[in-house]
Amino acid sequence: MEYTSVLIQFLNGLASASSLFLVAAGLSLIFGVTRVVNFAHGSLYMLGMYMAVWLSERIGFWLAVPMAAAIVGLLGAVVEMVLLRKIYQAPELLQLLATFALLLVIKDAALWVWGAEDLLGPRAPGFAGTVQIADGALPQYDLLLIALGPLVLVVLHFMLAKTRWGILIRAATQDREMAGALGVNQRWLFTGVFALGALLAGLGGALQIPREPANLSIDLSVISDAFVVVVVGGLGSIPGAFLAALLIAQAKTFCIALGYSKATLVVEFMVMAAVLVIRPWGLLGRVPANLRGPAAVPLPFHPPSPRMLRIFAVLSGALVLLPLASDAYALVLLTDILIFALFATSLHFILGPAGLYSFGHAAYFGLGAYAAGIFSLQGKFPMELALALAPLAAGLAALVFGWFCVRLSGVYSAMLTLAFAQIAWSAAFQWDALTGGSNGIVGVWPAPWLASKTAYYYLTLLLCAGAIIFLWRAIFSPFGYALRAARDAPLRAEASGIAVRSMQWAAFTIAGLTAGIAGALYAFSKGSISPEAMGVQRSVDGLVMVMLGGLQTLSGPLWGAALFTWLQDAAARNIDYWRAATGAVILALVLLWPNGLGSFLQSKK
Amino acid sequence: MHESVAFIWANLASRPAMLEFKRLNAGYGRAQTLFEFDLQLGAGEVLALLGRNGAGKSTALKAAIGLLPTFSGEIFFHKIKLNDLEPFQISRLGLGYVPEDRRIFTDLTVMENLAVGRQPPRAGAPHWTPEQLFELFPNLGRMRERRGSSMSGGEQQMLSIARSLMGNPSTLLLDEPFEGLAPLIVEGIAKTIRALKHKGLSVLLCEQNLRYARLVAERVCIIEKGRLCHTGTMAELDADPALRERYLSV
Repeated sequence: MEYTSVLIQFLNGLASASSLFLVAAGLSLIFGVTRVVNFAHGSLYMLGMYMAVWLSERIGFWLAVPMAAAIVGLLGAVVEMVLLRKIYQAPELLQLLATFALLLVIKDAALWVWGAEDLLGPRAPGFAGTVQIADGALPQYDLLLIALGPLVLVVLHFMLAKTRWGILIRAATQDREMAGALGVNQRWLFTGVFALGALLAGLGGALQIPREPANLSIDLSVISDAFVVVVVGGLGSIPGAFLAALLIAQAKTFCIALGYSKATLVVEFMVMAAVLVIRPWGLLGRVPANLRGPAAVPLPFHPPSPRMLRIFAVLSGALVLLPLASDAYALVLLTDILIFALFATSLHFILGPAGLYSFGHAAYFGLGAYAAGIFSLQGKFPMELALALAPLAAGLAALVFGWFCVRLSGVYSAMLTLAFAQIAWSAAFQWDALTGGSNGIVGVWPAPWLASKTAYYYLTLLLCAGAIIFLWRAIFSPFGYALRAARDAPLRAEASGIAVRSMQWAAFTIAGLTAGIAGALYAFSKGSISPEAMGVQRSVDGLVMVMLGGLQTLSGPLWGAALFTWLQDAAARNIDYWRAATGAVILALVLLWPNGLGSFLQSKK
Repeated sequence: MHESVAFIWANLASRPAMLEFKRLNAGYGRAQTLFEFDLQLGAGEVLALLGRNGAGKSTALKAAIGLLPTFSGEIFFHKIKLNDLEPFQISRLGLGYVPEDRRIFTDLTVMENLAVGRQPPRAGAPHWTPEQLFELFPNLGRMRERRGSSMSGGEQQMLSIARSLMGNPSTLLLDEPFEGLAPLIVEGIAKTIRALKHKGLSVLLCEQNLRYARLVAERVCIIEKGRLCHTGTMAELDADPALRERYLSV
């Protein structure tokens, strides 16, 4: 590239960094004070975009931008008061689930109000032209954005460093319980911070409309970008978020400029993985202090009681006899439920007993599915052999990724699992020759003797039940006890001779392997595989299943998977806005039974 | 419904400062650590709550400031029931809390730590500004811009007390403020507590060590295994070796 075009690309990257920084700064502020990772933050950005496009047709661009930001900020305050206040005491994962449900609801609300078509925004009056730099041209508006990022950084920094409100925010970030005992009303502090974060996200979105049309898929792409920025910069560090936004935006811009536009995701997550391996707490982050306050002590798992075992025996009997009384459609749905029950159980295995948050568990499900397809179609292996080998491929990936993930803890580890899942997803999406790219792989069918729906159902039942029983058995083995010891008291476990990381690494690999079994079974049951099999959505589906069932119950993932799969099947067919419906159901469940559906069933006993 | 905070403020001056525990049961999660606990702190007195490690002293203080839910029984401050109030509401009634492990905001400077504790002046309680607190704790005055993370244990303890005084409390809850401090610092903090009493503050002091309690307290309650088992003056306790032997020796 020429020198000028490098410069122009660089300036372009700076302009992109500004919007990214606004979102990430809001996310970071909110997380710092409330300890809630707001999945719906990208949705607030999206709302800012739509609102600004809609308003600028009525009151002009320059009034529309601050107005849109203010409306989104106000909405943030309402969301905090109505939803988040109810779940600050809930387990971390449940909070994530609730904000994700919010994402679903907002997405469908935007679809309902503004329709599925992308909305083109206006040019910014007064900044519609370009600036000549040597022999290249840069939009004037980009210059404005370039200036805005540092300006917001300075304003935020001043507010946090010098105002009393900023001091209270920093105090509450460190020890909110003590701040309360000193007379600080955290409720308004939390609402204020959430509103400010939402306002920043809305502003970021509103400012983006001259550069990019408002669209419905921007929420997930912005939130995963913002996660990366926040984690690379260091959670809670605003200057860190600024640096990271620059780094990520530049990496992406140059990727596109060099003609590798498909590789942006991979590059972005490579940067993240590299930073996290070298500086586990991000560029400017610090080792997180233990959060003060009554720690949520996980309840111990109980081995199934004789009564529960009888229920399972009856249930298994019913599952064996069911094909006699079901039509093909019901059998396919049941097969799906069994597969997702195994997927959810494998996720539960690392979330519950091992205490590792995984936001990218679908990677192993998808790798299992892709491996099955590739082995049987490209490798020309017999179906039985492909089915047996595919989970090993998923397990191998879990072995490699897990090595990194168990080195970090908490939210950081969760972000890294998401990063690896995104790498796997973009590999599947972009490696046309092997994976068929966005079309995926078609024609992955089981061997003739398993071709009937009934035969395949029995195969699935056998393998899934076997794997689930294996996972449950492992929870009550010395290995399982060691895992829980490592989860509840890592230092003490280490001091009593438990190799904490090795145990967690093994658990991660086992979970990946069993998710791979589910994935391989899924591939052969559907006959085709697409990148969606390992997308963010699938990972979150798994989390929803586990949380619906309750993390503290052994059989929770089964009920959760059954309910979710059935609900998705029923809702997707019969309800136009099924995402919003799922979201609303999740929100209702989270608010009513903060410990999961399984605990509700238990309390009824 | 409890009375509004504004209403309570308006009426504070007319009531004697007093903290009262009535048949209180409290604890952590399901583990009860305080049983039928009764205690009264009179206006302007320094009362030492003595007991061994794990006897339930900290539980009583945390329950009073609202950091622990109570199971049953009641806590009153100026005849106002505290059980259902949140920590910030209780603090705004004029109850200051200095926790056992100080809980300084280590990312914040001395001045910023004090700013977090700041509350409006309160009738019936001494009013503090940072400058007045620096007279009380000259060490702190020399490190106004220093972060909590680079302060010694004794300095942190002083800052923790000063921070709660910024709320202009009428009553202080001190949880083992002498623990782990050098003798000279212990004497300094004891002197401060006596000065606070002189200004009319009531102090409830949790202490394992009779030697330290003797520096400041005139009345003593002894707690063992979550139950109050003796109340009397410091002089009585000093005159009764059997009592000391029974409840306080390790």
